[in-house]
Amino acid sequence: MAAQKTPDPICEVVTALTLIDLCRISGSTTDWVIELVEEGILDPVGGGQSAWRFESSSITIIARVRRLQSDLRLNIPGAALVLSLADENARLKLRLMQMETDPPGAMAGPESDR
Amino acid sequence: MDYKDYYKALGVERDATAEDIKRAYRKLVRKYHPDVNAGPDAAAAERKFKEVGEAFEVLSDPEKRAAYDQLGANWQEGQAFRPPPDWDAGFEYSGGRNPQADRDQFGDFFQDLFSQRAGFDRASRSGAQMHAPGRDHHAKIVIDLEEAYKGGSRDFTLRKPELDAEGHIALRERAIRVTIPKGVSDGQHIRLAGQGAPGIGQGKPGDLYLEVAVTARPGFWLEGRDVYMDLPVTPWEAALGARIGVDTPSGRVELQVPDHAQPGKKLRLKGRGIPGRPPGDLYAVVKIVIPPVETAKARQLYEEMARETRYDPRKKTGG
Repeated sequence: MAAQKTPDPICEVVTALTLIDLCRISGSTTDWVIELVEEGILDPVGGGQSAWRFESSSITIIARVRRLQSDLRLNIPGAALVLSLADENARLKLRLMQMETDPPGAMAGPESDR
Repeated sequence: MDYKDYYKALGVERDATAEDIKRAYRKLVRKYHPDVNAGPDAAAAERKFKEVGEAFEVLSDPEKRAAYDQLGANWQEGQAFRPPPDWDAGFEYSGGRNPQADRDQFGDFFQDLFSQRAGFDRASRSGAQMHAPGRDHHAKIVIDLEEAYKGGSRDFTLRKPELDAEGHIALRERAIRVTIPKGVSDGQHIRLAGQGAPGIGQGKPGDLYLEVAVTARPGFWLEGRDVYMDLPVTPWEAALGARIGVDTPSGRVELQVPDHAQPGKKLRLKGRGIPGRPPGDLYAVVKIVIPPVETAKARQLYEEMARETRYDPRKKTGG
């Protein structure tokens, strides 16, 4: 790759997205995003659509819902269910993995020290 | 380039009907869908999911399937493969029929067979990357827990499929320096203004959005901004209580283990999770480590305890 002498790009954490921001970034219509809020898939703070502020993780959630809809032909409640089960499943798997890989020395019996 | 056995990828026979193929595909999509397989298995599932998608893209399209079939049945999965010249001569193509499919992600084999030919898919691919003004791009980066606590600056390599002038797809790599803000948490996005697709004409370039995944080393795990860590203690520390020093991601702290601490007891260190407003909390989870019986003295002490305490953990005593 050719060395590019460009200044380092400015990085900022995306927070408190408005409905309009979120629609633009995720390429969604407002109606559809409102539906996701009504279903409880997205959980903005603030009362009323114009005051809604979304966490940036909403961008990922929207992409996941869209993929679930197109790949598994799910409707929105179905996608909501899959998302919550998949997240729970991931959390449990991770926890299980953590418990199965003990830190060095932990629970060491006499055998493992020989 | 290696030959890919699309029938094997879907687990169907070469004479499978369109219905068989669709059924096999749907079953595998449910099994390997990356959004259903989050967590530790995600990468393996995603690889499989792409394979299945690529196979279905070809086998579900009568034109592509016929073209693929005429390569013959004697190829083995992974065998070095070069398409015969004009292998698809005489086939008439109507273009892709599954615009959602992420074709740019498919492997070399697919790209060579189906993407370089005039008339194949060219039109249907235009939606993804070629719009003016510059589109936003999305990518994912993985950082570790320490970086989430302290922030920092690091180069990441992003790979992006691009179309060249002749419509070939090439993966282009670019290194990009990302300043990781202190206190970024799992699932948040970092925006790099102007680092998306270039605008066409007067159009402004799009932005690049990086989804942050935070990984923790063994013994640590995350829930939002809250951080959990195993706290190994000896049986006597757990039984009698103790003041102990603990290395946390934000430095060493003194911690009071209460007496009679059972395994799994959570000791909360307020505000010592991932920094932010408000910061998360850190939970040290008691994990009792049994010291090995290596000396006669140790054995004697255990035996003495067995004799003197007469504690039966199988008996429900409410303790």
